[in-house]
Amino acid sequence: MTNGSAQGVGLVSSQRAHFDQPLELRSGAVLPAFDLVYETYGTLNADASNAILVCHALSGHHHVAGYTDADNPERTLGWWDNIVGPGRPLDTRRFFVVGVNNLGGCHGSTGPKSINPATGKPWGADFPMVAVVDWVHAQARLADHLGIRQWAVVMGGSLGGMQAMRWAITLPERVRHAVVIAAAPNLTAENIAFNDVARQAILTDPDFHGGHYYEHGTHPWRGLRLARMLGHITYLAEDQMAEKFGRKRRPEAGSYGFEAEFEVESYLHYQGDKFAGYFDANTYLLMTRALDYFDPARVAGGDLAVALAAARAEFLVVAFSTDWRFSPERSREIVHALVHNGQAVAYAEIDSAHGHDSFLMDDPHYHAVVDSYLKRITL
Amino acid sequence: MERSDFDLIASWVQPGERVLDLGCGDGSLLRRLIDERGAKGYGVELEDAEVLAAIRNGINVIQGNLEQGLAGFDDQTFNHVVLSRTLQTVRHTERILAEMLRVGREAVVSFPNFAYWKNRMAVMAGRMPVSEDLPYEWFDTPNLRFFTLLDFESLCDKMGLVIRERQVLDEAGRLVTEEPNFLGSLAVYRLGR
Repeated sequence: MTNGSAQGVGLVSSQRAHFDQPLELRSGAVLPAFDLVYETYGTLNADASNAILVCHALSGHHHVAGYTDADNPERTLGWWDNIVGPGRPLDTRRFFVVGVNNLGGCHGSTGPKSINPATGKPWGADFPMVAVVDWVHAQARLADHLGIRQWAVVMGGSLGGMQAMRWAITLPERVRHAVVIAAAPNLTAENIAFNDVARQAILTDPDFHGGHYYEHGTHPWRGLRLARMLGHITYLAEDQMAEKFGRKRRPEAGSYGFEAEFEVESYLHYQGDKFAGYFDANTYLLMTRALDYFDPARVAGGDLAVALAAARAEFLVVAFSTDWRFSPERSREIVHALVHNGQAVAYAEIDSAHGHDSFLMDDPHYHAVVDSYLKRITL
Repeated sequence: MERSDFDLIASWVQPGERVLDLGCGDGSLLRRLIDERGAKGYGVELEDAEVLAAIRNGINVIQGNLEQGLAGFDDQTFNHVVLSRTLQTVRHTERILAEMLRVGREAVVSFPNFAYWKNRMAVMAGRMPVSEDLPYEWFDTPNLRFFTLLDFESLCDKMGLVIRERQVLDEAGRLVTEEPNFLGSLAVYRLGR
């Protein structure tokens, strides 16, 4: 850990904010009201100048740091606990850190599992398509609710990094710094293709029922499991898989059949089962679609520099050497667009063995980069 | 380390100009150009520790390898592109010079002069030179290219680069006016097309 502190933020609990002003979405649909579930760590200072918004990725949520069960701290640790806490890069002695579950999510914020007030039944497939920009507007309502006029930092990895970029473009006066990690200005065809296969696995599961599986008492568990297994492969690096699993076999498994005989199969099955056990399939569809659609340069005729010119924030962009899903080349596109505009940007390319998942790892150099950048921010 | 070529480079930068420093290290030169000259600065650096130090210094540092050129940087984005005491460590010499004048209107290049009289004396005495401006032993030097003012100027000629200004310094950082290829330890050039 960067400053040697082993203590995180400790026991945390989530809060809920209700917004009853209608929210018009990118798709044209209108949500009459919505809830956001969030957690905060640290203390907002008197002029509310020390707030960091942490945006989550595809399968993330508001529980960023600390633990939610005092009897089970290890198993209920937040998804980015290693970077948040006293003495950690997102130093809670200095910053007020906010994690929020996105609209359309399945961890408490309004989403497909919530009740549609028009029908009295879960939204299911009728939940409107959400775009990254819709999350920004929803999160801005939460900022208003918390009394935060301007974030010191909006940050995230992967889809979270894309939200940080979108914040800086869409609400420039409300973001002083954007930290964009393991992200891209848009998805490549290959990336959309992976998302499509994942969605097809869900959509063709007989238990999907057109997205209205809640009322059938089912869940497209098989499809969601396959989607996660596929996704998981793309978050790892080839060398890392070779090193971790190689061609290792499980002695207890039989031979000449199709059960999980290789270690890598067993690992993927475990990851798929675990994910399908807590995540919602409709949310997975929405989140991957939001990723596909994300392309802030599109309205600027494909010119990313023109799109980013609206931003007032200073940027830190971070990429990882073995991340082939959101490669360093894609991060450099963001960097060069900012340089073209004469905007402030620092870029670090971290040598890491862990592929796209590197952004979640406790890598000393990576954390030192984030720590150094955040330390130079005046509050 | 306070570098004698920094004074010269700083004097050539006007307020508001955009400067790209290649091999910027911890960003000391850029920090100075930003603070003293009101420049808009960017740096390129390969080494992790230097990138970290530059971030601490509040520099717009971009991690990357100069040997791969300046791909991604748009044409004529900068007023000055600086390569301070680094050209002798670059393998693709012509490419980096061409790239500097693609992305910038002016290239500022400083390098140690291997024909400096003390270096000649060292070689005459049978040893590779070690000095203020060549502070490495032969076995740990990052330097790949060993050249003199005359060598460099003939390369500029061959590449069609225009020498707009040349300043030569001795080991103490004093300006040298006479016999620069003999009395000069460090050369600083402003180049254009």
